[in-house]
Amino acid sequence: MNAPVSFAESKMPLFLGVLFVLGLIAPFAIYPTFLMKILCYGLFACAFNLLLGFAGLLSFGHAAFLGTAGYVCGLMVRDLGVTPELGILAGTVSAGLLGWLFGWLAIKRTGIYFAMITLALAQMVFFLAIQIRATGGEDGLQGVPRGNLFGVVDLSDNIAMYYLVFAIFCLGFFIIYRTIHSPFGQILKAIRENEPRAISLGYDVAKFKLIAFVISAALAGTAGATKTLVFQLASLSDVHWHASGEVVLMTLLGGLGTILGPLVGAATIVALQTQLADSVGSWVTVIMGAIFVLCVLSFRRGIVGELQALIKRSGVN
Amino acid sequence: MLSRKFTTTACAAALAALSCGAQAQISGGSVKIGVLTDLSGTYSDLAGSGAVLATKMAIDDFIANEKPNFKIEMVSADHQNKADIASNKAREWIEREGVDTVTELVTTSTALAVMKVAKEKDRIVIMNGPASTPITNEQCNDVSVHYTYDTYAVANGTAKAVTTGGGKTWFFLTADYAFGQALEKDATAVVVANGGKVLGSVRHPFPGSDFSSFLLKAQASGAQVIGLANAGADTTNAIKQAAEFGITPKQSLAGLLMFITDIHALGLKSTQGMYLTEGFYWDRNDETRAWSKRFFEKQKKMPTMVQAGQYSSIYHYLKAVKAAGTDDTTKVMAMMKKTPINDFFAKNGQIREDGRMVHDMYLMQVKKPADSKYPWDYYTIKATIPAAEAFQPLSQSRCPLIKK
Amino acid sequence: MEIFGIPTALLGSQLLVGLINGSFYAILSLGLAIIFGLLNIINFCHGAQYMMGAFVAWIALTRFGVNYWVSLIAAPLIVGVVGVVIERLMLRRLYKLDHLYGLLLTFGLALIFEGIFRDQFGISGESYEVPELLSGGVNLGFMFLPIYRGWVIVASLTVCFGTWYMIERTKLGAYLRAGTENSQMVQALGINVPLLITFTYGYGVALAAFAGVLAAPIFQVNPLMGSNLIIVVFAVVVIGGMGSIMGSIVTGLGLGLIEGLTKVFYPEASSVVVFVIMVIVLLVRPAGLFGKS
Repeated sequence: MNAPVSFAESKMPLFLGVLFVLGLIAPFAIYPTFLMKILCYGLFACAFNLLLGFAGLLSFGHAAFLGTAGYVCGLMVRDLGVTPELGILAGTVSAGLLGWLFGWLAIKRTGIYFAMITLALAQMVFFLAIQIRATGGEDGLQGVPRGNLFGVVDLSDNIAMYYLVFAIFCLGFFIIYRTIHSPFGQILKAIRENEPRAISLGYDVAKFKLIAFVISAALAGTAGATKTLVFQLASLSDVHWHASGEVVLMTLLGGLGTILGPLVGAATIVALQTQLADSVGSWVTVIMGAIFVLCVLSFRRGIVGELQALIKRSGVN
Repeated sequence: MLSRKFTTTACAAALAALSCGAQAQISGGSVKIGVLTDLSGTYSDLAGSGAVLATKMAIDDFIANEKPNFKIEMVSADHQNKADIASNKAREWIEREGVDTVTELVTTSTALAVMKVAKEKDRIVIMNGPASTPITNEQCNDVSVHYTYDTYAVANGTAKAVTTGGGKTWFFLTADYAFGQALEKDATAVVVANGGKVLGSVRHPFPGSDFSSFLLKAQASGAQVIGLANAGADTTNAIKQAAEFGITPKQSLAGLLMFITDIHALGLKSTQGMYLTEGFYWDRNDETRAWSKRFFEKQKKMPTMVQAGQYSSIYHYLKAVKAAGTDDTTKVMAMMKKTPINDFFAKNGQIREDGRMVHDMYLMQVKKPADSKYPWDYYTIKATIPAAEAFQPLSQSRCPLIKK
Repeated sequence: MEIFGIPTALLGSQLLVGLINGSFYAILSLGLAIIFGLLNIINFCHGAQYMMGAFVAWIALTRFGVNYWVSLIAAPLIVGVVGVVIERLMLRRLYKLDHLYGLLLTFGLALIFEGIFRDQFGISGESYEVPELLSGGVNLGFMFLPIYRGWVIVASLTVCFGTWYMIERTKLGAYLRAGTENSQMVQALGINVPLLITFTYGYGVALAAFAGVLAAPIFQVNPLMGSNLIIVVFAVVVIGGMGSIMGSIVTGLGLGLIEGLTKVFYPEASSVVVFVIMVIVLLVRPAGLFGKS
C-alpha cells in the first residue's frame, strides 16, 4: 500500500547495523524471554508483511501456519527426540506445505474473498487441532524440552536460547529483505499495483502470488516453531483467529509495506500486552481494538511509515 | 575458674547469637506466594477471587499467630483457564519476581503446565482447584502438592452412592479436556465396580454453552443416570437445559463435581435430592462455621472446598517454611509431607509421597427447599468417607515416584 | 424405528436442533449479506453486535425490569443506533479506500466491544430466563420440544422472509438494490444514497441484535458469544454467495440442518463441516451457490 522512501532506504543498512548490535547486547539488560517473544512475533509479522505489504494479499488465517509449525516442532522434539534445529526446520517445512495448499485454494479469488477463504481454512486447522489427540486439544502440547542445539549447546539457558532466536530472526529477516529487493519482489509490487497490467505483460500472476504465499507461510512457521521451543508449549491460542488478527494489527501499526514496520509493531504490541496484562485485564483487548481503529482511520502508514514520511518532508525542506 | 554466672551468661549469649544467625534463610528476603487462578471465567466462582482472599487470610492469620521472622508477600493473576497463559505467567513470576510457590491452578491443563515449569525451576506448586488424578499419577513430580480433592475422591463418593441407590445405567456428558476425561474414567470405574453399566458418552467443547444436542444424545441412550463430567458453569447450564428439554425428572442427573456455589446459582428447587461429594462444608461444625463466617464477611458468599483448602494449604506451607527455617524447595516439601494437618479443614490430613493430601471427604445430599432454614443451608451430610478410603490407594498409583 | 441404524427419534431431534441453529445462522448471515451487498464491507463487528443485543436485553431485564417482548424491539433499535453512529463517524471515511480497511476497522471495533463487556461482566455468562409465555414444552412424539426453541424458528423465519420481501419486492428495496449497482445514477435520480447506506448498515446491525435477544435464553449471555459464532456465519455467507439475500437465508438454514445431521453420524466433525463445504463450493462454484459473479 505504500512505497518506501528513498532517503530512509539509503540509510537502511546503517539502521539495520545499529539494531543488530543492540540485539546482540539486549539480553543482558532486558528480560530475555520478553525479547524472544518480540523476535518470534516480529518474524511472524515480517512474514505476514511480505504477503500483505508487498504482494497486496490480506490473509486472515496466518495463525494456521504459526500454530501448525508449533505443534509439529513440539511433537518432534518432545516425542521423537529430534534436536531443536531439526524441529524448527520440520515446523518451517510443514507450514510451507500448508501454505502451498491454502494458497492454491485461495489464490483463485482476490481481495475480501481471498481473506475470507484464508480465514475459513485457518478455522479448519483450528478445529483439527482440537480434535487430533496428539495436539493435546484444550490442554495443549506441554513439556516440550528445549534440548541441545546440534546436540551440543544446552538451550535451557535463557541467554543461549536468546542468541538462537536472534540468529533465526536475522536469517528470516534477511530472506525477506532479499526477496523484496529482488526481481521477484519487483514483480510482486507490480502485481499489487496493477494486476491486469502485469498479466498483460505476460507474467504468470497466480504463480508469483503462490510463491509469495508459500514463503510467507514457511517463515511464519519458523516463528511458530521457535516460539514453541522458547515457551516449551504449543496451544490452541496459536491457531485461534485472534492470533491471525493480532499479526495484522502488528503489521498495520508498525507500517505496512515497510521493512522495519512489522518488527516495531510486534515490539509495541507485545510490550503493551505484557505491561497491561496484570493491571488492566480485559482492557488489553479494548486497547488493541482502539489502536486498530485509530490506525485504520488516521494512521494508515503506521509508526515506521509516518516516520519515513516525516523524514522525507524534512529532507525536502 | 570462670564464675558460674559468667559461664551461664556466656552460654546464653552464644546461644542467642547462634539462633539469630540461624534466622530463616529465605531467598530474596521474603516468601512470595503466587495465586494463579481463573478470575473471570467458568471457574471463577468456585476458586477465583475467593481463593485469593483465602490466601490473604492465611497469610494474615499466620503472621498474627506465629509471628514469623520472615516477610510474606502475595501476587495473583488470571490464567483465563489457558495452559499457555498459566505457563508463561508462572515462568515470569519465578524468573523475574522471585515467586517461591505457585498455587491454586484451577483447570487441570494449567496445573499440568505449571507443574512442569516448577519442576524445571525447582519451585513448589500447591494445587487446590484442579481435579484430575494424572496430577498425582502419570504426571506426578516431587515439587507438587495436590491438596483439596481429585476426580477419584468425588467419583468414589457420588458415583458409588448413585449406583448402589439404583441408578444402574449411565451415560456421560464430558468436558473435552484432561479433567473431564479423568472424571469420566474414574466415575466409570466406580459405576462398573458397583454393578452398573455405562451405555455411552459424548464430549462437549470446553467451555460449552448450548448442550441441547449432547443432552438429546444422552436422552436417546435411555440411561437412567446422565453423569455430568464437567464443572462450574458447564454443569449448571447442562442441568438447566436438561430440565428445559424434559429430560429430567425422567432421567436423573449426577453432577459428579459440584460446589456449593453451583447449588446457590441453580437453587434448591432444581437440585434437591442430588448427591455430591465435597471435602468441606461450611456448616459442618463450629470450627468450620467460625472460619466460614469470617470468609463470608469479605466475599459475601460461603466458601467452597477449594477456597477453604487454599487457606489450609497456604497456612500449612508457611508453617513448614518456619519449621524448616528456609524456603528451599526440597526441605520445605519434606517438612510439609512430614507434618500432619490439623485445622478446621482437615483432621489428621497427610501429604503422601505422590503429593496427594489425603483427608476425609463427605457425601452430601442437597436439601429440599422446605428443609432449608437459613441462607446457604443446602446440605445434609449423609456419610463421612474416611481418608484411607476416599482417595486412590498408593498401591494402585501410577506415579513414577512410588517405589513398588 | 431406525434409519441407517439411527433411531428416528434421535435423528429427528438433532435435525430440529439443527434447524434452530440454522435459524441463527440465517438471520446473522442475512444481516452480513445486506451490509456486504450495499457497502462492500465485511462487518466483522456483527458477532459483537449480536452479543450487544443479548446484553441489552439482559441489562434491561435485570436492572430495569423490562421484559423480553419489549427487548425484542428495543434492543435492535438501540444497537441499530450504535451501528448508525459507527457508520456515520467511521465507516463513511473508508468507502474510497481499499475495502480491506473496512474489514480491519470493524475487526478493531469488535475487539473494543468484546473487551469492554468482558471487563464489565466476566466471561462465565449470565443467565436469561425464558419468558413465561414461551416456557414449557410440547411433546412431538419423537422429542420434547421446548416452546421457546420453536418460537426461535418461527421468529427468525418471519424476520428473514420479511426482510427478503422488503428488499426484493418494495420500492425501498429497489432503491437499495439499485444503489448497490450504480450509486451515482441513483443519486442523480434524487435518492439520498448516503442516507440509504446508513439505514442499511443500521438495519443489518439491528438484525444481529435481534438474533442476540432470541439467543439470550438459550446460549447464556456472555461477551464471547458472538466471536465464535461469527466465523461460522462468514463461511455461510461465502457459501451462499456474498450479497445474495435469499442465498444467505437458505444456506443458513441448510447448513444448520447439515450440522445437525453430522452430529448424529460423526459428531466430532460437526464444527468443521461448514468449512469443508465452503472449500468444496468455492472450488466448484467460486461465486457461491446463489451468487452472481
